[in-house]
Amino acid sequence: MKRQNLAKKFSWTPYLFLLPAIAFLGLTSFLPVLQAIYLSFTNYDFVGSPTFNGWQNYINLWRDRTFWKVLGNTLIYLAFVVPSLVILPLALAILVNQKLRSIKFFRAVYYFPVIVSVVVAGIAWKWVYAENGILNYFLSIITFQPIKIPWLTDPKTAIFAIIAVVIWRGVGYYMVIYLAGLQAIPADLYEAAAIDGSDGWQKHFDITIPLMQPYIILVSIISSISAMKIFEEVYIMSQGGGPANSTKTVVYYLYDKGFTSLEMGYASAIGVFLFLIIFIISIFTFKFINPVKTIS
Amino acid sequence: MKKKNLQAFSSNILNNIPQFILLIAIATLTVFPLLWLISTAFKSPSENIFQSVPQLLPAQPTFDNFIKVWKNARFDLYLWNSFFVSSITVILNLLFCSLAAFPLARLDFKGRDQIFWAIVGTTMIPFQITMIPLYILAVQLNLKNTYAGLIFPYVISAFGIFLLRQAFQSVPKEMEEAARMDGCSSLGIWWHVMMPAARPALTTLAVFTFVAMWGDFLWPLAIVDKAELYTLPRGIASLASAFSEDWRLIAAGSTISILPVFIVFVFLQRYIIPTDASIGVKG
Repeated sequence: MKRQNLAKKFSWTPYLFLLPAIAFLGLTSFLPVLQAIYLSFTNYDFVGSPTFNGWQNYINLWRDRTFWKVLGNTLIYLAFVVPSLVILPLALAILVNQKLRSIKFFRAVYYFPVIVSVVVAGIAWKWVYAENGILNYFLSIITFQPIKIPWLTDPKTAIFAIIAVVIWRGVGYYMVIYLAGLQAIPADLYEAAAIDGSDGWQKHFDITIPLMQPYIILVSIISSISAMKIFEEVYIMSQGGGPANSTKTVVYYLYDKGFTSLEMGYASAIGVFLFLIIFIISIFTFKFINPVKTIS
Repeated sequence: MKKKNLQAFSSNILNNIPQFILLIAIATLTVFPLLWLISTAFKSPSENIFQSVPQLLPAQPTFDNFIKVWKNARFDLYLWNSFFVSSITVILNLLFCSLAAFPLARLDFKGRDQIFWAIVGTTMIPFQITMIPLYILAVQLNLKNTYAGLIFPYVISAFGIFLLRQAFQSVPKEMEEAARMDGCSSLGIWWHVMMPAARPALTTLAVFTFVAMWGDFLWPLAIVDKAELYTLPRGIASLASAFSEDWRLIAAGSTISILPVFIVFVFLQRYIIPTDASIGVKG
């Protein structure tokens, strides 16, 4: 069959459809990135104009002890949040992927913390963690002694208290992602495996987990990027960055420098730094996202 | 007939008791902090929230806290602001993302793939880096402390374009061809063929966008500092940081904030959570 039109007629139509999106995304995504990079080489306190100061912000950043402490905190968040949000939601998804009565209700319940605004979640948990709050109450009952741990004000426990909340909020979100993947696995595979003697929990090691590998990678990357951007939970539950800065994250520090002390040049340098790390992680996402498509 | 179903129902549960115990235990863990919050909202001033033996059910339940937070703390205004901003953002998103997704999904033109990948590329840009220049831009455009300022970074989302492009791609070609033969323009095809066919995806996008806007905190924190324009998260946060925090009021405000998303979720959760029917044919 010979090709009908060798010369395609040019039309403005597709570009007109795309115009709002391109203009908007250019203005709110691409342009600000360039501006942020520019600002990171300047001194800018929001009044007057930015004054160029070369690499000074980056040099100061390198020497900034608080920044390194904050970066360390963020890595602690990463180390605990990511494995939890990769493994727990998968286990939960396997649990709710059964044809049980009212299972849809449970799926919805587990997803619910995702929907609740971060502020509300932070406040609810703030009270759970209070010195005479519920958590201590239950611990007292279990251990037969009065427990009054100040979870959010003790530098040793504060960051872990917040990590628990981040995990609580995230499990449902990733459970749903895994669920979509689980439901694409044909039932015949499990039947065949059962014949070979792989049943019960064993079948999950033999079949489910290998097949879910692309999803596991996807969730690892998304949750890593998410963990690098933690801000609201810290702001609500430990205003000021926690006892001895023990819960402050990179984004919190960025917000502080940019909007509280109005050192916008310096804040932009922090932003560029954060962007580079996330950019590198994102590149990996797109390398791995294609295997996901071939499964479904 | 009913008796048979009841038997099937109860035997299904009985056979799976350990599973249900586990499911219920996890559900309790999940929901418990929120139940505590809501219960606090109904407690009267005479009840000590932090008494040594915590009570989940208020001894003397009252609506007082809600009335106070509605009138004195102006949560009626915050609720309206959140609702207005979230709804407008949803509408704008559905409109502009679908307009952009249509040519990317169904038309053939120069630069199509490059434009698509550039759009997808914006998802790699974290908001935290664009936040400061966006703020400066917004202030220069006099958008500080305005509804437009609250909405403008979110009007079009790359995620929305991605989602709708996928939905449009699965619309059968015959429908589009039939419409073209009837003399339909591209715009007409977009409106009469694509949009109706993509209704589930549009609903999914609407729900995600609404929920995200409803709970958004960082941008509103930066762009608005006048209480008249606070959205609910901001309003709750300001209550919580006030010198004399009244826990009951904060709880009441938070409960008001949860209610609308809860309702949206209850009715539309099937657009977010995969059901067994949403995947196509087996194998």
